[in-house]
Amino acid sequence: MQPILEVKDVVKKYSDKVALNHVSLSVPQGTIYGLLGPNGAGKTSLIRIINQITYPDSGQILLDGQLLNPTHIKDIGYMPEERGLYKTMKVGEQAMYLAQLKGLSKQEAKRQLQYWFEKLGIEEWWNKKIQELSKGMAQKIQFVVTVLHNPKLLILDEPFSGFDPVNANIIKDEILELKKKGTTVIFSTHRMESVEEMCDYIALINKSNKLIEGKLIDVKKEFRTHLYQVGILSDNVERLMLKLSEKFKMTSTEFKSLNNELQLEIDLGNAMPNELLHILTENGQVTHFVEKLPTVNDIFIQTVSK
Amino acid sequence: MNILPLIIKREFLAKVRNKSFIVMTFLSPLFFVALMVFVAYLASMKGDAKQIAIHDESGLFIKQFKSNDAFVYQDLSAIDVGILKDSVAAEKYEGLIYIPAQVNVSDYEKNIIYISNDSPSLSFISKVELLIADKITHINLQNKGINTEIIDEAQSKVNLKLTKATGEETVRGLNEIKIIIGGAFGYFIMMFIIIYGNMVMRSVIEEKTNRIIEIIISSVKPFQLMMGKIIGTSMAGILQFIIWGIVGAFLLMGSSFFLGINGTPGMTTVEVVETAGMFSPELLTDIQNYVHEILSLPLISMFVYFLVFFIGGYFLYSSLYAAIGAAVDNETDTQQFLFPILLPLMLGVYIGFFTVIKDPHGSIATVFSMIPFTSPIVMLMRIPFGVPVWEVLLSIFILFATFILVVWLAAKIYRIGILMYGKRPSWKELYKWLRY
Repeated sequence: MQPILEVKDVVKKYSDKVALNHVSLSVPQGTIYGLLGPNGAGKTSLIRIINQITYPDSGQILLDGQLLNPTHIKDIGYMPEERGLYKTMKVGEQAMYLAQLKGLSKQEAKRQLQYWFEKLGIEEWWNKKIQELSKGMAQKIQFVVTVLHNPKLLILDEPFSGFDPVNANIIKDEILELKKKGTTVIFSTHRMESVEEMCDYIALINKSNKLIEGKLIDVKKEFRTHLYQVGILSDNVERLMLKLSEKFKMTSTEFKSLNNELQLEIDLGNAMPNELLHILTENGQVTHFVEKLPTVNDIFIQTVSK
Repeated sequence: MNILPLIIKREFLAKVRNKSFIVMTFLSPLFFVALMVFVAYLASMKGDAKQIAIHDESGLFIKQFKSNDAFVYQDLSAIDVGILKDSVAAEKYEGLIYIPAQVNVSDYEKNIIYISNDSPSLSFISKVELLIADKITHINLQNKGINTEIIDEAQSKVNLKLTKATGEETVRGLNEIKIIIGGAFGYFIMMFIIIYGNMVMRSVIEEKTNRIIEIIISSVKPFQLMMGKIIGTSMAGILQFIIWGIVGAFLLMGSSFFLGINGTPGMTTVEVVETAGMFSPELLTDIQNYVHEILSLPLISMFVYFLVFFIGGYFLYSSLYAAIGAAVDNETDTQQFLFPILLPLMLGVYIGFFTVIKDPHGSIATVFSMIPFTSPIVMLMRIPFGVPVWEVLLSIFILFATFILVVWLAAKIYRIGILMYGKRPSWKELYKWLRY
């Protein structure tokens, strides 16, 4: 299937500083795509280019196979990291205004707003001013105005900052539901837990360059270390250690367990897990055997500090 | 649906619904009229007439002094000067004109004394001097055997007939009216630019500090947002001025009916015409003359020019205000950028009031009516004096060309500035933004 968004060799410079250095990305349709990178990596610059707030110095952006143009504004929903609303304007009026700016007719805007306000149980906020609402409440409104024009592509910059855990969960569920309906979500963040949980694809940007891009699973495979955590209850530890050291490199490690077992971290190298298991089962009772997978955080830190 | 009207509507409503706007709109005329009524009341109050004692030993001059509202002259020639001096010292009289008897008429020129506690006003002194000199001249003429009655009859009065080179007739006193109209237009434009330019700037800063700006410009072009803001704010401003005009006119009419104040200074044409009914016949003729003179001005073209210069000037400056708002994070940081904006505005008004009035077609007035940052004010002040059409058109052309250039530059600063937070930019950085 054709990717919903293609970024081709985009360069953006701010006078003497390069913000994006020949960055190319491909965001598949109907996925949640994590755009990762430390602060100042160029994520926001890229997002602003996709939103046509600024323009690239060179390179192309394709949305749904078409060169990005002003008609695409209504296809994109954008929740910036630095977000706020008119403090003295009433919630309903404000949401109507923002919806109409996205090209919705008055009736359509009203219908969509009613749907979302009901869904999130916030109907009674309609006539309140933003300054009367808490920060979390305002964030909910923000989410609603981002999605109410049913965009094909949703771009959320640090979506969970400012949310309490309960509201963050509500929003997370809404995002997953939108994904089910076919919306593609680009998720820019430097918080890795949420990425691990939600993203299908990730791209890592650091110092204006794209370093990694791909399916989360593939990226993890690429970064797998073939390290296994093993727990074993053995009568003859010396013999076990001798046998293991003939074939594998290992270090002692610690993990939470209910048993008082020997805990090891073993580098499998090119060997198969069964070879290790064989030695282990011959020499004791295996209580724990798991491949140590790299977390996105590990990958992030490892790549960025390279 | 087109987006610009949406933005204009929001900006307009946001301004109009603002409490301070409503308060300003309805309280300012009340305050203004109250002030004017108060001033007019003070002016119409008759001060106590000043008592002036006259001790005329010659008896020649006493008939010259006729009492009026301001001064009551008393012939106290029978009373001793020493006593009169004491009375003046005791503030029984404002002053004493002491005319000692002289042998020769010409001696009176130097020997008349005015005695008072407070130094008298210049106008009073020259009036007294004139009265006495008049009498002395008369006596001199009679002494030379000339019949003064014949001279009085022979006095002539000249009225220059004013025409333009084109043969068109002009009217006396028109210059004052031209100054008032031109000055009012120019001043109005300056006030409007300062008040509503500031409003535009504050509204930009508000969007920036609210952090809603990025959400909005992901839907609309920054240029559209900026123009919507400028237009919406100006519409709120025009509404405010219309309300002020209507409320002010009614209040002025009402107050002049109730207090019976005549000829309040600074009345507009409309009010003069409307309130003409209650004036005395002589005043009415005067007013009719003025109205006639005003109507003889090219009013329609003046109004059209006013609108054109108003739009050009307001857009030129308010786009600068918008750029400043975008460049800073809060209002206190705006000072260093505002000064260069206020400078040409002030310059325009001063040139208008000092140079144009003295010499409406002099080189200074002409040059500054071409420079786009002062032309809306200076040219409008010149127009009532009759400016060649090509000059006006050239000035308008320069103004609008600059306006397009400045809006374009301001939009660039605006576009970058609204997404910049943190430190206050320097002039150098602003220049850099222009090149992004």
